Amino acid sequence: MATWTWFHRLASPPHVYAFARRWTPWFGGFAAFAMVVALYGGLVLAPADYQQKDAFRMVYVHAPTAWLSLMIYTTMAVAAAVGLIWRMKVAHAAAAACAPIGAWFTVAALGTGMLWGKPMWGAYWVWDPRLTAELVLLFLYFGYMGLRAGIEDPVKADKASAMLAVVGVVNVPIIKFSVEWWNSLHQTATVMQLGKPKMDGDMLWPLLLMLLGFALYFITVLLIRLRAELLRRERNASWVREVLT
Amino acid sequence: MKAAPLVAARLVAVRDLRLAFRKPSQVIQPLMFFMIVATLFPLTLTPEMSRLRDAAPGVLWIGALLSSLLALEFLFRDDAVDGTLEQFALSGQSLTWMLFAKTCTHWLLTGLPLALSAPIAAAALGVSMDAMGGVVASLALGSFAMSLVGAIGAGLTLGARRGGVLLSLLTLPLAVPILIFGARATQLAISGGDIAPPMYLLGAIAVLGVTLAPLAAAAAVRIGLE
Repeated sequence: MATWTWFHRLASPPHVYAFARRWTPWFGGFAAFAMVVALYGGLVLAPADYQQKDAFRMVYVHAPTAWLSLMIYTTMAVAAAVGLIWRMKVAHAAAAACAPIGAWFTVAALGTGMLWGKPMWGAYWVWDPRLTAELVLLFLYFGYMGLRAGIEDPVKADKASAMLAVVGVVNVPIIKFSVEWWNSLHQTATVMQLGKPKMDGDMLWPLLLMLLGFALYFITVLLIRLRAELLRRERNASWVREVLT
Repeated sequence: MKAAPLVAARLVAVRDLRLAFRKPSQVIQPLMFFMIVATLFPLTLTPEMSRLRDAAPGVLWIGALLSSLLALEFLFRDDAVDGTLEQFALSGQSLTWMLFAKTCTHWLLTGLPLALSAPIAAAALGVSMDAMGGVVASLALGSFAMSLVGAIGAGLTLGARRGGVLLSLLTLPLAVPILIFGARATQLAISGGDIAPPMYLLGAIAVLGVTLAPLAAAAAVRIGLE
């Protein structure tokens, strides 16, 4: 049973609050360090792409945001499922804290994708399957946040939005597949396919480091939001008074 | 006393059908809405038949989607307001089966009539008579899948105020695959192609919906009733 104590501790808001407060600077510090090193590696050390020249460097911001937008949705759904199954208040709070961060990462992925599309495709927006799927993902985040905001009773809002997150996870692969299928039928040859070129090692390590940096940044923001969420939810509990005075 | 799940489901279906025949406005209104939307497109796009024919799959599917969203609001709301849903949940019968019956009945009363009346709208958009079989089949199967997905959304928004807009916000992103394959099937039917591939995919989504959506809807309704 001893192995499960960490799991039980996660169910206790004061414990999680203290944990988040202790670790936020560490995650934030490592995130900043990783991002600075990765930026230097990506913008200065990595050689220019033979085809896209320096414009390819957008990948160092675009790809990690796009990966994280999906990863955060999965994290949110896992937290939501844990909240539904074990009736854990902290898990619901974590899922609620994930949603706006994930939505912003999705917006960032779309924005950087559009900026990258302008020099590469000659237009800010083309109905590329990955861009379209990302846009639908943004709508899924909106739906989740809308449902949470639309239900007054906090317990009901937690459970209903958790159900929606889980249903969404089942749907995300189907959406992804259908959008790609739709696009392969309609796409004209005018759009340049970027494909997946083999990446040089000098280009690759800053990308992976940037992904790590963004992931750590996500955890940092998540911990901060989680603390705020816990304080709001537990505002009448005695531990909040102790922590804040 | 616990009846077999199918008996309970049949009783629910019969009750819903009887209620609908006594109050037909809920069945007719989404249908009229669909017709009006289909009429608005020629007014905004062009009265030219050849160009309308190209736009027909989009017009029919957007119209069908909006109309089914409108109808979905009535799926659980009345029964939730007058306490029927609560009695269902407390009855000890399988809520999953009863909601599945409700969803199927709902499709019989809204989706199927919409698909059957779609040829009128399609003909007005310049679609030839040979294509009507495919148009009806794709809309019938697609609206069934849509009802199943929508049942989850309708269940989840039971506890919310201003449920209507929220229901659309939740359901539309989830309905994207149905829309893509459905519109593709309609498009192939109009251009004289083989509609089987997108129909199989639409069928796969419907089968997945039949297996999972009633479970999710039942869980959602229970959350809403707590």
